[in-house]
Amino acid sequence: MPAPIRLRELIRTIRTARTQAEEREMIQKECAAIRSSFREEDNTYRCRNVAKLLYMHMLGYPAHFGQLECLKLIASQKFTDKRIGYLGAMLLLDERQDVHLLMTNCIKNDLNHSTQYVQGLALCTLGCMGSSEMCRDLAGEVEKLLKTSNSYLRKKAALCAVHVIRKVPELMEMFLPATKNLLNEKNHGVLHTSVVLLTEMCERSPDMLAHFRKVRKLSSSQLVPQLVRILKNLIMSGYSPEHDVSGISDPFLQVRILRLLRILGRNDDDSSEAMNDILAQVATNTETSKNVGNAILYETVLTIMDIKSESGLRVLAINILGRFLLNNDKNIRYVALTSLLKTVQTDHNAVQRHRSTIVDCLKDLDVSIKRRAMELSFALVNGNNVRGMMKELLYFLDSCEPEFKADCASGIFLAAEKYAPSKRWHIDTIMRVLTTAGSYVRDDAVPNLIQLITNSVEMHAYTVQRLYKAILGDYSQQPLVQVASWCIGEYGDLLVSGQCEEEEPIQVTEDEVLDILESILISNMSASVTRGYALTAIMKLSTRFTCTVNRIKKVVSIYGSSIDVELQQRAVEYNALFKKYDHMRPALLERMPVMEKVTTNGPTEIVQTNGETEPAVLETKPPPSGLQPASQANDLLDLLGGSDITPVIPTAPTSKPASAGGELLDLLGDLNLTGSPVSAPAPQTGQPPFLLDGLSSQPLFNDIAAGIPSITAYNKNGLKIDFTFERSNTNPSVTVITIQASNSTELDMTDFVFQAAVPKTFQLQLLSPSSSVIPAFNSGTITQVIKVLNPQKQQLRMRIKLTYNHKGSAMQDLAEVNNFPPQSWQ
Amino acid sequence: MIKFFLMVNKQGQTRLSRYYEHVEINKRTMLEAEVVKTCLSRSKDQCSFIEYKDFKLVYRQYAALFIVVGINETENEMAVYELIHNFVEVLDKYFSRVIMFNLDRVHIILDEMVLNGCIVETNRNRILAPLLVLDKVAES
Repeated sequence: MPAPIRLRELIRTIRTARTQAEEREMIQKECAAIRSSFREEDNTYRCRNVAKLLYMHMLGYPAHFGQLECLKLIASQKFTDKRIGYLGAMLLLDERQDVHLLMTNCIKNDLNHSTQYVQGLALCTLGCMGSSEMCRDLAGEVEKLLKTSNSYLRKKAALCAVHVIRKVPELMEMFLPATKNLLNEKNHGVLHTSVVLLTEMCERSPDMLAHFRKVRKLSSSQLVPQLVRILKNLIMSGYSPEHDVSGISDPFLQVRILRLLRILGRNDDDSSEAMNDILAQVATNTETSKNVGNAILYETVLTIMDIKSESGLRVLAINILGRFLLNNDKNIRYVALTSLLKTVQTDHNAVQRHRSTIVDCLKDLDVSIKRRAMELSFALVNGNNVRGMMKELLYFLDSCEPEFKADCASGIFLAAEKYAPSKRWHIDTIMRVLTTAGSYVRDDAVPNLIQLITNSVEMHAYTVQRLYKAILGDYSQQPLVQVASWCIGEYGDLLVSGQCEEEEPIQVTEDEVLDILESILISNMSASVTRGYALTAIMKLSTRFTCTVNRIKKVVSIYGSSIDVELQQRAVEYNALFKKYDHMRPALLERMPVMEKVTTNGPTEIVQTNGETEPAVLETKPPPSGLQPASQANDLLDLLGGSDITPVIPTAPTSKPASAGGELLDLLGDLNLTGSPVSAPAPQTGQPPFLLDGLSSQPLFNDIAAGIPSITAYNKNGLKIDFTFERSNTNPSVTVITIQASNSTELDMTDFVFQAAVPKTFQLQLLSPSSSVIPAFNSGTITQVIKVLNPQKQQLRMRIKLTYNHKGSAMQDLAEVNNFPPQSWQ
Repeated sequence: MIKFFLMVNKQGQTRLSRYYEHVEINKRTMLEAEVVKTCLSRSKDQCSFIEYKDFKLVYRQYAALFIVVGINETENEMAVYELIHNFVEVLDKYFSRVIMFNLDRVHIILDEMVLNGCIVETNRNRILAPLLVLDKVAES
């Protein structure tokens, strides 16, 4: 059979192929030829065939039938064969194939070969793809080679040792004695790889790190001074043609040494002190005109930031970064922005000085730079510069690519929330974001916005007017439409009456408003959620508007047969409201009370609704604890008096904590029982659990922690209060306590009120009790649920105050509960 | 640590690929195609460092050839940029004519420079020494 073609012929032929199919054909033909050649056990051309096979493998074609051939090549005595064999092994084999174990013996023999190049090959292959068994077997050989005087082998052995350590960390100690002399070499290759080895050891094991940092007075082999010396020689020595790159000698080694210094100096004062001088020297002496110099400076800056350097050095580092920012080269600017992002937390003021440059980078064409600049800008916003920065960021939001818009929008919201100089500015900013990037805004922004708007009471008219104008033209951006419909539903009367101090009032009739809402309902662009919002808004307007109630009734009844189940349910319920429960309608659809947000950005936001419940419906069944929360709070304050305990207003029974969506049905069904209308009604159904605070949805009660022991919190005068605990697996900082109050005397206790206070680091929410009467002779109990949010996992402590009427006289008692079991708060 | 080393031409064909951590074969072709697309679509005055999935790409263009190196966060991007240039200079010295027909030699050079994702040797003469030996042996 003719001699197989050479590799270069193959490459040439494949390059002439014009289509993928042609290429595949050629490769298949060649593969067949190679396979038959392998079968013939042809020794002379095996190496050529394997080389071709490797090329085809690189192009993406399967080449596994060549693996055994690689082994045969490795076992051969010729250097050329071995070379290709090892290369093939590195490319085709890895730990997952069983074949690689067969190599172990060959590698062992080759590690002891007489020729250094063969030994080098073996080291290279072992270092690239040795499995943990192979490494364990051959670690001894590698260690021996680490100590030889041949620098060619030493450097490869060092990197092979790195691989061994990565695979089998227990063998690290074995290499420790060999490292003692590594840094005394002159050869830069060995120095470089030894530094890598030391770096790997220090990163893997803190013991090693401590060992290397130790200052040994008599021995001259302290690591940090050695490294400093080497670095100094590199900088100070004159031109050395061997390692010169654009005028700087061996920048690769310099960068490596700086990185090792960084690891050694982190959190360690002595080492950091020893390095200060050399770092300052490198920072000032390195030439910055070429990329090489900048690479070294970059590494230096990173090191300075990481170790415990003195402040002068840090200022120097930040100035270098500032200089980088002004550089024309994009690479350098990118690198500078990245580093500034890392340091902005610690050296905030220094970075502020470069704010204008950073903001300019927002306008850069390059995507990576823009992203970095955006992140950094958000980190730099503070109370003083918020207006200017926001202007720039809004402009950026207008013009940036879609992949940024979501992040930018959420960033703007966060920043606006923290630093808004005035409510009007805040609302304006949010509106601007909604109109420009409305479809990219995250879902949780909508409830946040709504809550913000309700809180700024004086801005309602202005807000609703602006929102109305915004959706007049275009109602395709869902979050904007959702917020707008909610607001129109709530404050429609302000809109129609045309009162607005901040801006020119516009004349809007009720019909126009209804037109808009109806078109949102009909439009194909509206999502199902948006339609829900719109329907609810229309319903709410039935109490706010005077002359269009019939129209509203008509609209609502149309949707009673809508295909969308959610809309249908709502429409049916609203219809029922019109027909059977018309007397309830005004109270149900009244304005939402002001909501207070306790925590921002927390995964569970405990919302405490002040007990401003609408008095009208309350009279049917006055809840014991809700009526005058303010005065009760004062009492609690007076009595408790402790400075570290914040009293908690028990929530009015407003939150019948039902889950969002569809609880209107519950409401209608239970209207006679609870008489707690307010936060339940329509507007909430459209919103995600935010208002009902994530704690009150069911999942909490489903995860019951395995048996936390219950405690008796109070037992006096016949009144016993037991606490039982539940922890939620979904939110481990929440503890749910159910109290049971029982009465062992012969007379009932009436008007029982339970109040509790916790230290400032906790948050508490009391839900409404089951009743206010504890029957005598332990024949019944009052149960009440308390939810405690304990983000810092501190020990739970509580002060409780009990008031009740017993035997004709009012009783009151204070107690402290300290015997909470550890599982309830850990 | 260097994750991979690619040489790609302007049409998107891979001329050399070396992976320092295991990637499935079909994933390799996908990865190469995506990487090349990202690099080819950038203009000359844009930054040479791209963030791609969970690692970074450093690329450099030499006439019709792109050299792309994928690194993780611990590497100094600019040092890798210099490494690419160093590599090209070594290739330049060794290969008087067109490179691509001697792919195995290029692999060998790369092996002398980068071992298991870390830089071993950057001195041109020392890198080429084993190769010259190999050539002599091959001739005889």
